Amino acid sequence: MAEFEPIIVAFCCHYCAYGAADLAGSMRLEYPSNIRIIRLPCTGKVTPVFLLRAFEKGADGVYVAGCLEGDCHFIQGNLVAKPRVNYTKKLIQEVGLEPERLEMFNMSAAMGPRFAEVAREFTERIKVLGPSPLNKKYRHASNRAA
Amino acid sequence: MVIGERKPFDEITRMLEGHKKIVVLGCGGCVTVCLTGGHDEVRVLSSQLRMARDKAGDPIEIIEKTVERQCDPEYIEEVHDIVPHIDAVLSMACGAGVQFMAERYTNTPVYPALNTTFVGGSIKEGYYVEKCQTCGECKLYYTAGICPIARCSKSLLNGPCGGSTKGACEIDPQVDCAWQLIIDRLKSLNQMDRYEDIMAVNDWRTNRDGGPRKMVREDFQR
Repeated sequence: MAEFEPIIVAFCCHYCAYGAADLAGSMRLEYPSNIRIIRLPCTGKVTPVFLLRAFEKGADGVYVAGCLEGDCHFIQGNLVAKPRVNYTKKLIQEVGLEPERLEMFNMSAAMGPRFAEVAREFTERIKVLGPSPLNKKYRHASNRAA
Repeated sequence: MVIGERKPFDEITRMLEGHKKIVVLGCGGCVTVCLTGGHDEVRVLSSQLRMARDKAGDPIEIIEKTVERQCDPEYIEEVHDIVPHIDAVLSMACGAGVQFMAERYTNTPVYPALNTTFVGGSIKEGYYVEKCQTCGECKLYYTAGICPIARCSKSLLNGPCGGSTKGACEIDPQVDCAWQLIIDRLKSLNQMDRYEDIMAVNDWRTNRDGGPRKMVREDFQR
């Protein structure tokens, strides 16, 4: 079997992490192609449903990237998102997924290198954890091997 | 409003063992407001159930639906075309809603996803406290708008017990002594004379002791 390449969904705030991703690109910084970015107007838009549906559709890891605390464009959207992410960790744990598959990061739009670093670190973390049991591609592969 | 808390996930999955197609039915009333059984919570629980069953190699098909209220026949009629085609209903309403569903849909099992806990309100978003025990004989006139039945741990009617210490109840220093609150407020309203009236022994027949209760508006009966 080829090396496990996780599918990672990153919910990124338009005002910070999405800009940081753009900057990382402009700076020609490399980060893993495993990351699928979904742009949000603010991380305050994130609800447990968004995060769960990503896992349900087979994402191996999910993270939310919002503005630095105190710097939210909408004053406190990132502070709304943080407890929701923590709550959703418990929800995925109930299902039997490792809570480490979900994380929240904070960064500013000027932090292109940090965006790339987070993408690399998180991808490494998920590679260590292995495929999600709901990732159909790898589940079928492991069933065939069995 | 009626407050409910979601049952432990394991308990819910055990109830659904053997079922292949269900509806997770939310309620747009109280449990939507207390964030346990509304449209969003239906989607969250459905996602979790699908994932858990997928993971176990025993997938389940779930219809996600929320009606205005489950404690009203006209609203639960909205699912009459769904229920015959499913194995079970997982209701996210309070105990009243679950029973309305069970009585309407006699051939389909209806399971509760929540534990109905108390009648209360929110002191801030996502934080709910008990305020009323539905005793059926409101005493708030005498007690400055603070209920001794629901909020005194012993439901005492004529002043605090010896366990009242510095305004707190002996069961937990975080719990206010209801009678301390009542007396403080009666004093500030200059209504302490109401405290002097001895309240008679409570007639619990208006509470659950008289069996299931009903309330009928005669002018609405046709």
